[in-house]
Amino acid sequence: MDTMRDRFAPVVSRLLDEDPRVAVVLAEIGKDGFEDARHRHPDRVINVGIREQLLVGAGAGLALTGMRPVVHTFASFLVERPFEQVKLDLGHQDVGAVLVSAAASFDWPAGGFTHMAPGDVALLDTLDGWTVHVPGHPDEAETLLRHAVGPGGNKADKVYVRLSVQANERGLPVDGARFLTVREGRGGVVVAVGPLLDAVLAATEGLDVTVLYATTVRPFDAAALRRATEAAGAEVVLVEPYLAGTSTAAANDALADVPHRVLGLGVGRRELRRYGTVEEHVSAHGLDAGSLRERITGFLGAAAVHVR
Amino acid sequence: MSITAEHGYTHAGTHERYGYTDLSRLMGMMTGDEKHGPAATSTLDVLWVLYDRVLRVGPERAEDPERDRFLLSKGHGPMAYYAVLAAKGFLPVEWLPEFGSYDSPLGHHPDRVLVPGAEIGSGSLGHGLPLAVGTALGLRAQGLHAPSVWVLIGDAELDEGSNHEAIAYAGPAGLDRLHTVVVDNASASHALPGGIAARFEAAGWSAETVDGRDHEALYAAFTAPHPGRPRVVVARVEPKNA
Repeated sequence: MDTMRDRFAPVVSRLLDEDPRVAVVLAEIGKDGFEDARHRHPDRVINVGIREQLLVGAGAGLALTGMRPVVHTFASFLVERPFEQVKLDLGHQDVGAVLVSAAASFDWPAGGFTHMAPGDVALLDTLDGWTVHVPGHPDEAETLLRHAVGPGGNKADKVYVRLSVQANERGLPVDGARFLTVREGRGGVVVAVGPLLDAVLAATEGLDVTVLYATTVRPFDAAALRRATEAAGAEVVLVEPYLAGTSTAAANDALADVPHRVLGLGVGRRELRRYGTVEEHVSAHGLDAGSLRERITGFLGAAAVHVR
Repeated sequence: MSITAEHGYTHAGTHERYGYTDLSRLMGMMTGDEKHGPAATSTLDVLWVLYDRVLRVGPERAEDPERDRFLLSKGHGPMAYYAVLAAKGFLPVEWLPEFGSYDSPLGHHPDRVLVPGAEIGSGSLGHGLPLAVGTALGLRAQGLHAPSVWVLIGDAELDEGSNHEAIAYAGPAGLDRLHTVVVDNASASHALPGGIAARFEAAGWSAETVDGRDHEALYAAFTAPHPGRPRVVVARVEPKNA
């Protein structure tokens, strides 16, 4: 299977062909994929070199002139390193951009902690007005990229698209806004975010729980969570491929007027100082199906374990 | 008659005409004093020459894609900037006395969302030049080759590394619509080794250093041709701590 990142340059190259307002801004990473597009659109495929403050600042400058910039590099260097540029050059200047990251929480474990960004979504949560897409499959990534960049979208929208090597076996028809109901039960709600859906489905096999699938996590689909809890009870487990607990506050807010419990699962805060494989890091953070089942049933208790 | 008036860009009728000699009074509406030290006025002459004679801008052209873009990166001490914007009719003179108050659009750092004529909000140093690079790229990508992009920074602001990312990129990229004015009041604790102009020249910029109080010298430096290269003008004024 190809990866989400394999889809990125072809999809955005087509958007460059279709819409003269689209420009791509790169900082070396990912430039090879845009070689053909750069020949067709030399003024709209921009590589600023290894300069991430300029990457975001120049993207924002393009937006000030009415362009729709697509700004791309690894998550660590897109959101964390130039965070003040994200906050001020986009937010405070009141202009939009589509930030597309690769490498996610631990796509390249052998690369070590410098190339891991489990905190990216939590950091964006400190800012106003960001839409955050976390596709779980290359097909979904393509849909969400088009949704973020493409015609019909508000040019002032600030959108983050988080691409990862981790992916589910099959894509689902995501719409860039709402959670999907994948499984229905009565003993609790599990929200699976992006590439963790397969693990969550395996972990909850045979359990009496509702599984929601979230690929657009900001704005958080509070209405979908509320609806799900009406039938399944207000015991909620969030399973996120980035920092554990990132969406706990959003889930609490969605259920503020009903008694509820929320467990936030995801990538641990502690630095592992390990290399190895993605699978090893998934297990180390307790995000494999076996660990998830243990933690989900431990939290939801007898109501979930009751056989459907 | 000013150059802007000759070009027909002066806002017609709705405000009285102000000249350079009025700026001190306009600043006084914000500071409560008609006398201002060199620090408060370090940018004043640069701003006046640009807005009076160089920039193709005006209150009626706020949305005109063909207008020049002036980005004030050094947002500290914006009284001179507001005074010039008021003198040129971008904002009402009546706004000036409320400078910095809760209901005033005029803060101690400008906000583009609140201040008519302000192309960017600034305050945090080192953001304007990268934004100006992107603005120049955006205009070029849309085939808008006439507008110039200007950014004003301070000499101490050049401490911020983000500027050096932009300087090093803009030269090789040949962004010849991009202009930087560095107002040099020797306020950096550690002056840029080799000098400011040399730093830009090393990156392929056209550079000139002039007296930042001499209007004719500023005008000549601002309007000198620089084909294929971005341009920096270092405007030297009285040292901040002299």
